[in-house]
This record gives sequence, C-alpha cells and structure tokens, in this order.
Amino acid sequence: MATASPSSVPLTRPIRSPGAATRIAFGALLLRDLTVLRKNLGMFVGRTIIQPFLLVFVFLFVFPKIGQGIGGGSGLAGESAFAAVLVSGVVGLSIMFQGIQAVALPLANEFGYTKEIEDRVLAPLPVALVAIGKVLAGAIQGLIAAAIVFPIAYAIHAKGVEVQLSVHWPLLITLIPLTSIMTSSLGLVLGTRIQPRNIGMMFGFIVLPITFLGGTYYPWETLAAIKVGGFPWLQALVCINPLIYVTEGFRAALTTTAHMPLYVIYPVLVGFCVLFLWLGVRGFYRRVLS
Amino acid sequence: MFTHTHGNESHATVDEVIRCEKLTKRFTDGNILAVDRLDLAVYRGEIFGLLGPNGAGKTTTVGMLTTLVIPTSGKAVVAGVDVVAQPALVKQMIGVVAQTNNLDRSLTVWENLYYHGRFFGMNGREARAAADESLVRFRLTERAKADVMAISGGMAKRLMVARALLHGPSVLFLDEPTAGLDPQARIALWEILDKLHANGQTILLTTHYMEEADSLCDRLAIMDHGRILAMDTPKSLKESVAADTIVTVSATGDLDALARLLQDRVEGATKSQRLDSTIQLHVKGTTGVLPKVVTAAEQGGYSITDLSIAEPTLDTVFISLTGKELRD
Repeated sequence: MATASPSSVPLTRPIRSPGAATRIAFGALLLRDLTVLRKNLGMFVGRTIIQPFLLVFVFLFVFPKIGQGIGGGSGLAGESAFAAVLVSGVVGLSIMFQGIQAVALPLANEFGYTKEIEDRVLAPLPVALVAIGKVLAGAIQGLIAAAIVFPIAYAIHAKGVEVQLSVHWPLLITLIPLTSIMTSSLGLVLGTRIQPRNIGMMFGFIVLPITFLGGTYYPWETLAAIKVGGFPWLQALVCINPLIYVTEGFRAALTTTAHMPLYVIYPVLVGFCVLFLWLGVRGFYRRVLS
Repeated sequence: MFTHTHGNESHATVDEVIRCEKLTKRFTDGNILAVDRLDLAVYRGEIFGLLGPNGAGKTTTVGMLTTLVIPTSGKAVVAGVDVVAQPALVKQMIGVVAQTNNLDRSLTVWENLYYHGRFFGMNGREARAAADESLVRFRLTERAKADVMAISGGMAKRLMVARALLHGPSVLFLDEPTAGLDPQARIALWEILDKLHANGQTILLTTHYMEEADSLCDRLAIMDHGRILAMDTPKSLKESVAADTIVTVSATGDLDALARLLQDRVEGATKSQRLDSTIQLHVKGTTGVLPKVVTAAEQGGYSITDLSIAEPTLDTVFISLTGKELRD
C-alpha cells in the first residue's frame, strides 16, 4: 500500500468550510462537463449545424433555385424578406435544440440506466448546485451553438437572395445568454422527468410541436391572419411556447422586421427561466434523493 | 495520498465515526417502512457489516448515512456532522461505493479519478498525482486510458473503491461490494479491504453473503425488515446460538412433529427448528450425534432422506433469530 502510516488516516472532521467546498466543487463540475464537451467536439459541432444547415439549404437555396418561391410569392424580394425571418428563427431554434441535447438527453440516461450522476451528487456541495451546474454547462454549449450557427444561416442562400440583417448588439448580447439559460433549464425539466425509453416520445410530442409552432419560419404577428370567429386562435395558442419569444427576440435583435414588443419578450423569457429552473431543480431532487 | 492539516481536536466524538439514533425511513411510495428505529454506533478503524437478506433495509440505511435518502425521523451523525442538517458537509467526509457500476462513462479510467479529486478540492497537480498513485495502488495503471465500459467487472469495482478513497474519507461505505463479482475478483476485493482495514480505514459495508460478513467484519448487525436483530462480533454472534453442532435433517412426513421428537429424544439438543423442507437441530456437548438422530427418527417412524452436520455459522444465527434462511 502506498499510504501505510496511521497518520495518513483522515480525521473525523470536515476539511473545508461549506462555502469554499461548494465553490471548488461547482467549478470542478463545470470543468468535467467542458472536458466531456471537448472530447466530443466533432459530434457537438455536427449535431449543432445539421438542422440549421438543412433548413437554410432547403428554404434559401433549393426553393429559390427550383422556383418554389416562398415569402409571399413576390420573387427574390419576398425570398430575401423570408431569409431575414428564417435566419433569426434558425439561430433561436439551434439554441433551443442545444438546451435539450446538452442537458435533457445525457441526464435522462444518467438517471435512468447508469446512475452515473451519483458521484457528482456526492461531491461536497448542495444537490441543487449540481443541477444548476448542469444548466450552466448546457447554456455554455448554447452560446457556442449560436456562434457556430449564425454564420451558416447568414452565408448559405441562392444567388439573388439577399439576407438583410441589421444587428442590434445590446439585444443580441443579452438575448443569447438569457435564451441559452432558459432552454438549458427546459432541458433540465425534461431530463429529470422523462424515462430513457420515452425519449422518442419526447421528440415527437414536445420537441416537434415546439419547433414548428415556435415562429422559426414566420413572424408571430403574421399569425393574426388565422382566425376563428374573429379570434386569432393560433397566435394566442403559440404564446405558451417558449420558443416563440426566443425567435421573436432574435428577430428584434437581427432584423428590421416587425416583432413582438420587447417589454413582452424579456419578462416572459425571464419568467420561463425561473419556472423551468424551479421545476428542474425540484425534478433533480426527486430523482437523486428519496 | 491527499492529506489534510487540521486545527483543534475534539475528543468527544473522535472514536465514534457513525451514530444513528432511532433512524427511520418510511417510503411514502407504497408506505413501506424500510428502516425502523435503527440504533447504531460504528467506531474509528473498524469494519462494520450490515448483514441481511435483500429488502432488509441495508441499502436504505447506507443511503441515509450518505445523504441520498432523507430520513423520516431519528438522527444520524457521520464524522461528527448531522447528515440531515448539513448534507454537503457530510459529503466531504465520506467515500461511497455503490452496488451498481456508476462510473462516469463519458470519462476514461484515469479521468474518473482525476475529476473526483477536483470535486473534492484538489488542484490540477494534486489531482493528477493522486489519480496516478491510486491507479498504481489499485493495479489499474495499464487501463488508465481505457473507457470505463471496456474494463472487467472486478476492475470497475476496484476503480470505484479507488475513486471513493481518493479524497481520504473518514469512513468508506460499500453497498454489497462483491455482489455480481466472480470468485477471483471477490477475493481480490476482500484483500483490498483487509489492507485498508490494516491501515486504519473505517469501513461500513452491507452484504448478504455470510462468509463475507464472517471473514471481513469486526462487528456485525444482523438486519431483517428494517430492524437490527442482533449486533456483535461474528464470533460472539455464533456463540450466542448455544450449540456446537448444527444438524440439518431432510425427511418425509410431518416435519413439525419430527422437529419436536428430535428435540425431546436427542441427547444435548438445545433447539429444533423447522424450515421449509428441512429441520435444523442445535446440539451441544455431545459426540456421535448423527446415529442418535437417525435412531430417534426411525423409532418415530420417519424415513430420513438427507442428513448433514456443521458448526454454527452466521446463517444459523440468522435462522434462530428469524426462522428463515439468509440465502434465497
């Protein structure tokens, strides 16, 4: 044995103050998650760009080429207007997906089959901070995803289609972190509540509706045209979708198109953050403690 | 090894590493009383075993002592820290080896140790040194860069022990440490635990293997249905049976009546107990027991189909306490 002397037997007393131990352990948990990210960087980049790439490729390259115009059917001008709508939608969608893929999927497995989260839960810090560390690591991946996706969404389009962007920096640099934390928190909620065998269902019943009814392909205001008895039901319905505030926010930050008012977007995004964090941490407690 | 300096010494609890008082866990899900008013003290430097069948409450007890299960009532103090009031502080003081393989599958063998060290406050250099040293100590150096899913079950368990010890815990918890291991890996793990014990490491383990409890533990608590039925050294527990020979009898006919008959007629019989399909007869201070048992049974008109003789084991203790066998 390497340590045979009795003096090496630890003393029965805590070594660090709870505050110091917590700070150190929290940093180490983040370090662990970033190491895993670095080891899987290729996969991370691939899964981050594949969906936005396909969306932009089909809508902004293929469609104009084959004459299947979209954006009101007014030719290249309409397509250019649609390009601006889509680019902001795609950036929002990518951050959303990152939150789910970086937090929900690994957590569902770590809880469900392997219990490998246990060693991190036994690290010397409050359990809630293990969950929050997971959200933070997911949010960092959201930031990176935004940085990767934006150039792709901006650059890929057919000749003649102009992507007219007008960047509002204060909005952009506040929205990206805010939405990254919000979507990672949603990932925590899903990851702590969904059994590994139901992950397919999660994509079908949660992720797809969020994607298609989240304003990726259309501004929220235009939904006002869809009415039953004078009531814009779809416009009202999608207000429960957190993604709509993300895509509208990026529309405000990146384009000059009409968008939902900022005094709605910011408070609602903050509200979803708080709600999802609370539900997620509660779900985390339930899964690791009994 | 990672050692720590310390300030003032408190002698009041220095030798008592674990104390439970009326520790109770009732799971609201199914309203199961998993642990029922458990009183327990584990002292520094001993290997203490919780022995009992599956469902006895052993894992729940370890769960409460390691902050993962929240007690319904009662109190538990580990290394001088209340587990309910200050769980994060308790986690600094304990090392835990779970029953199932919960190694971090996103990391290599070496990284599992390195990041564990970082969680517990080592800087990069300290954690690297501790991980390297630990790999040597647990004979895992050759697999340092391996994926944790690519190593054998025995190696995975050694790595889990190595990881749990990396931060120098006051007490090491092992839940069913050798369940599912092949005999060779089991013996290797026993040797490791023996060495740790020799170094003064306090260990609490749960097991349902009586040989493991008998050969490893300084003291044992025998558990069933969430309660401690007996607590002592393995030797004293076996002596408590008050017999030096245990005869197991298989026969046809009314076994309850045969059990009574044998207790009455066999010289030195102290106790006779009917189990599912056999009878256990405790005998003290007699030689030539088997012929006496055969004679008594035949005189009573029974036909014996099998007969065996053994010294008292922890299984015998468990049977006399619960009326059932420890083995499934």
